[in-house]
Amino acid sequence: MTDEQRDAAQAYWKENIRLITILLIIWAVVSYGCGIILAPALNNLSVGQIPMGFWFAQQGSMYIFIILIFVYATQMDKIDKKYDVHE
Amino acid sequence: MSVEFWTYLFVGVTFAAYIYIGYSARVRDTKGFYVAGQGVPAVANGAATAADWMSAASFISMAGLISFMGYDGAMYLMGWTGGYVLLTLLLAPYLRKFGKYTVPDFVGDRYYSQAARTVAAIAAIFVSFTYVAGQMRGVGIVFSRFLGLSITGGVIVGMVIVAFFAVLGGMKGITWTQVAQYSVLIVAYMVPSIALAVVLTGNPIPQLAITFSDFVPKLDQLQMDLGLGAYTLSNRGMIDILAITLALMAGTAGLPHVIVRFYTVPSVRAARYSGGWALVFIGLLYTTAPALAVFAKFNLIETLHGKTIEEVHQLSWVNSWETTGLLGFDDKNGDGIVEVAKGDANEIKIDRDIIVLSTPEVAGLAAPIVGLVAAGGLAAALSTAAGLLLVISSSLSHDIYYRVLKPNAPESERLLVGRIVILGAILVAGYFGINPPGFVAEVVAFAFGLACASFFPLILLGIFDKRINHHGAIAGLIVGLGFTAIMILLMRSQKLLGTPEPILPSFMGISAQGIGTVGMILNFIVTYTVSHLTEAPPQEIQDMVESVRVPRGAGAAVEH
Repeated sequence: MTDEQRDAAQAYWKENIRLITILLIIWAVVSYGCGIILAPALNNLSVGQIPMGFWFAQQGSMYIFIILIFVYATQMDKIDKKYDVHE
Repeated sequence: MSVEFWTYLFVGVTFAAYIYIGYSARVRDTKGFYVAGQGVPAVANGAATAADWMSAASFISMAGLISFMGYDGAMYLMGWTGGYVLLTLLLAPYLRKFGKYTVPDFVGDRYYSQAARTVAAIAAIFVSFTYVAGQMRGVGIVFSRFLGLSITGGVIVGMVIVAFFAVLGGMKGITWTQVAQYSVLIVAYMVPSIALAVVLTGNPIPQLAITFSDFVPKLDQLQMDLGLGAYTLSNRGMIDILAITLALMAGTAGLPHVIVRFYTVPSVRAARYSGGWALVFIGLLYTTAPALAVFAKFNLIETLHGKTIEEVHQLSWVNSWETTGLLGFDDKNGDGIVEVAKGDANEIKIDRDIIVLSTPEVAGLAAPIVGLVAAGGLAAALSTAAGLLLVISSSLSHDIYYRVLKPNAPESERLLVGRIVILGAILVAGYFGINPPGFVAEVVAFAFGLACASFFPLILLGIFDKRINHHGAIAGLIVGLGFTAIMILLMRSQKLLGTPEPILPSFMGISAQGIGTVGMILNFIVTYTVSHLTEAPPQEIQDMVESVRVPRGAGAAVEH
């Protein structure tokens, strides 16, 4: 591996880590935050006719998990192409 | 046409399909046997992962469990789905790039240690066996409840079917039958749920029906009137809920039978998308279950509470479930009226399995749907059992026999050993299905605790920190596994050791189900510290870590 390739590999890995970090913060905020810790407070609001904390815990968090994975997959497609490491 | 006729028809047709698919997908080499030739498309692998993951318990018991736990059921819902985010972002793509056949393969190679490989293989076998016993039991129960067969007879029929496609087709046969089994189980789950949602709210989508109808506030009110506490509020300590949810998430991400599914796709990119598809397919059932839980609970209380014994016995479904022993009445205060109440005053005994199993009848659906639900329950149990049996087979025949004991074994011998071991594992699992050890439920806490405190940190650090060496990995494994196992033993000592009271009721407010979280944190700390105090791993290991981080080159998987 040349120095240039090594730098590119490091930059690629950094971008990957950055994307993972952002997505996992959202993951933690919706499940542990909105679904558990903040649930009693959020229950004063509602989604449709369901208290909001309960909705995040038993519905909303799961929808957001699905979105997070597809955002990761599509963003990584772009990053792979940018650094020319796609398959 | 009777319910029995439809049940035989649906079960017969679906079983014939599984056998046909298993036969068409038979394999001739170990790569086909262990990882389906690494040619499974992302969407198909997603469906297979969903079937692999959702067991008889997810299909039959989960909605009922949530129904009785109320808000607290969320820790299972979030724990068992949120784990796929961790798996897809942190583990699956890199393990696919690594490209070998099993989780112990990665552990053994990354930590250049046969001891670590052996420990990983044994942990994989232990976790999988605890799971598979419950699946074979589930098969037996569905057969006995819907077809009047004995549990033993049902387990034997289930064993023969699994043996057929697993021994012949290995991972390839299992994958394609799992795709078919997912289709059967999701149709069987959604049809009665949609029907119930339409009957109760007029809205055919259960997820929307629950959100935009007034059933949740009505159930809250009803429960508070009966002194049961609001459905939407928690009955547990918050620290325990946090710990259990995290243990289930990291445990899910670390379960070998789930991870190995991501070795079967053709590329790193496909591994990422397939994680998303898996969660779409799982989420369909997991977001329907809480709706079903609310509808069924409200409906049951509304229908039964405050009625006279004679009135409830005029309902035909009440009589048929009472004879199975899953529904029972005990007029304790002798006033001739059945009442739902808190604690000992409660006069209606409802088994949680009834919530899903009785939905078709409660919603007034015809006999064919009942047969469909039976076929769905069997699909869920068989698909999970097959995936687990393959992990047991690959751990014994590939990781221990080939990689540790006899590294020069030829391809044909390895394939034969794989087939013999999977057959043996089916017999052992069947035996436990017929004679279940009394502690099965207790041991499931072990399975998640172990996966969470061992595999998850081991693989994660192996990918994200090049500096982690075999000293750190082994020390972390011993501390994480040791702590978790001892804590579960102490907290579940009534069942596991036979003490009259649990030796330790909880650890700082965390129960046995959540203790894997503490084990995992200890594992991370010990592995990191020990690794950074000792010498760096050899250059070729660091280069290997560099290479798994980059997608290109995964197509040509390493043969060894």
